[in-house]
Amino acid sequence: MATADGRFSEDGRESKINLTRSARTPFRNSFDTFMTILTGVFTILILVPLVAIVWDVAREGIGQLGIQSFTELPPPPGLTEGGFGNAIIGTIYTLGIGAAFSVPLGILAAVYLSEFGRGTRLAYIIKFATNVLAGVPAIIAGLFSYTVVVLTTGTFSAFAGGVALSVVMVPIVLRATEEGLLLVPQEMRQAAVGVGATKFQTISRIVIPAALPSIATAVTLSLARAGGEAAPLLFTALNNNFWSTDVWAPIATLPVLIYFYAIIPFRPQQQLAWTAALVLLGLILIVSISSRLLARKRFQ
Amino acid sequence: MSAVTGEQPRQKWRGLERKNDVVTTFDRVFYWLVILGAVAIGAVLLWIAVQIAISAWPAIQAYGVQFLVTTTWDPVQNIYGALPQIYGTIVTSMIALVIAVPLGVGVAVFLSEDFIPNSIRTPIALAIELIAAIPSVVVGLWGIFVFIPFIRPFYNFLYDNFSWIPLFSTPPRGNSLLTLGIVLAVMISPTIIAISRGSLLALPRDLRQGALALGATRWETILRVLIPAAFSGIVGSVMLALGRAMGETMAAAMLVGNANQITPSLLAPGATIASLIAAQFGEAGRAQVAALLYSGLVLMILTLIVNILAEIIIQRFQNIE
Repeated sequence: MATADGRFSEDGRESKINLTRSARTPFRNSFDTFMTILTGVFTILILVPLVAIVWDVAREGIGQLGIQSFTELPPPPGLTEGGFGNAIIGTIYTLGIGAAFSVPLGILAAVYLSEFGRGTRLAYIIKFATNVLAGVPAIIAGLFSYTVVVLTTGTFSAFAGGVALSVVMVPIVLRATEEGLLLVPQEMRQAAVGVGATKFQTISRIVIPAALPSIATAVTLSLARAGGEAAPLLFTALNNNFWSTDVWAPIATLPVLIYFYAIIPFRPQQQLAWTAALVLLGLILIVSISSRLLARKRFQ
Repeated sequence: MSAVTGEQPRQKWRGLERKNDVVTTFDRVFYWLVILGAVAIGAVLLWIAVQIAISAWPAIQAYGVQFLVTTTWDPVQNIYGALPQIYGTIVTSMIALVIAVPLGVGVAVFLSEDFIPNSIRTPIALAIELIAAIPSVVVGLWGIFVFIPFIRPFYNFLYDNFSWIPLFSTPPRGNSLLTLGIVLAVMISPTIIAISRGSLLALPRDLRQGALALGATRWETILRVLIPAAFSGIVGSVMLALGRAMGETMAAAMLVGNANQITPSLLAPGATIASLIAAQFGEAGRAQVAALLYSGLVLMILTLIVNILAEIIIQRFQNIE
């Protein structure tokens, strides 16, 4: 450019800027390569435990997996065989109770945040509270349910476990639902209001149906997350070695069963813990992967 | 519309008005219902804090501040002090951060820049997020039966050669503060990676182009321009990860060894507040339950402070953006 201008070419100043020599010294180049390789190695390093956990759980758990895993009770100490059917029922029970509390509450709050409260001070506070609530350790949710439900009713119960899980679930439901509602195009709301729909009609007939896949994703994600939690259930749902469908009685759940059987020194029980871990991990990974893939597809 | 006579629209209009009365009332009820739901979320958070504080009150009265600085945990004589557990919580989460922060930020950079094609990057990011979905009780099970046998030779090596360093001064048992710290690092890395990557991706393109145009290499751009620009997002992610590490229960209860002691050695078993509660709450008597609730309150306050700071830092970042 400078030569084309003509001005610089006369006093020859342009020749001092040597564009053929790069400012990249060997050190800077090798530092770049080094950092790229280092972070690449980090990435592989972080994937190793994921692969290792999934692989080891599959390897250890697959041997015992069979129809009896889902239909039989755990064996008494000393005996082998058996399954964890009662814990699967218990997990479904506690999750159901947790969802019954957290899903309506989470959706209502999400509707407020996306439809009524955008930009308001209250919405800001609620969002803040939700994020802080998401960070509250799961075991604190268990302590909370213990003091509120177990001490009041005088018994460990599936209900108390469900209440504890709902505390874990509600921020997940709320945040994922809000995200889904915000994805609904503003034009759809305007069109609904334009043909004379009220706020309630717009939301219940247009916005929520349009966001229904997102809401379903939100609910399944929260179920996947809470389904793996043992800490809130340790002293709310406690455990139960027998079949139980009583909401007001202690109930077995998969995570708690894995915990108890992992730390006792009986090989058959440990084996059962691995098999239960395989079932639990399989369910959770399938749900997480499919809901994330669905969510990704919607964004594109 | 023009075809209708004068009388009909008026009737229709009146009908609409009547309908509107009902509909508006309904709308208003719905509005308040939704607000109620929103406010309830905040109320639940407050309720949890207040409820645990009230339940822990007998223990707070009985042990006071002594609880935080004494080391006895004796359910027989009802003397309780949670210093070893507080120490263990802080030490294990610090080990986790020391490992997870460089690792996590490095991976976040690697996955936000175009070092590798997008078609490989996205599945890797998804796979890393899946680590966060693995139940912590499964991680604990894996830790007991796979990770501890795997890591024990390294511990033995450390003890044999470096036992003169206080950090490695006890004969290694598999269950230890270090074991838990390493496993916690694996569990919290996805948090750091996901949020740091998000804040790196959110940076304006001009920043990168400007730095490159000035002759900076790719990594100089990353280290001197992009990371400082995304700094608050990264710090926020680290705080969130710290909160998660402190509150992690099942892996802690299964891997830390549940020993009520303070030693400088990281190879020695210890305890965290969460592991203490998990291990003892089920069989605890009345006074012990109160003491455990007190320790739960301490844990809750610690994690609340960390989480609130994280929120403020991240939100400030978003506002600048």
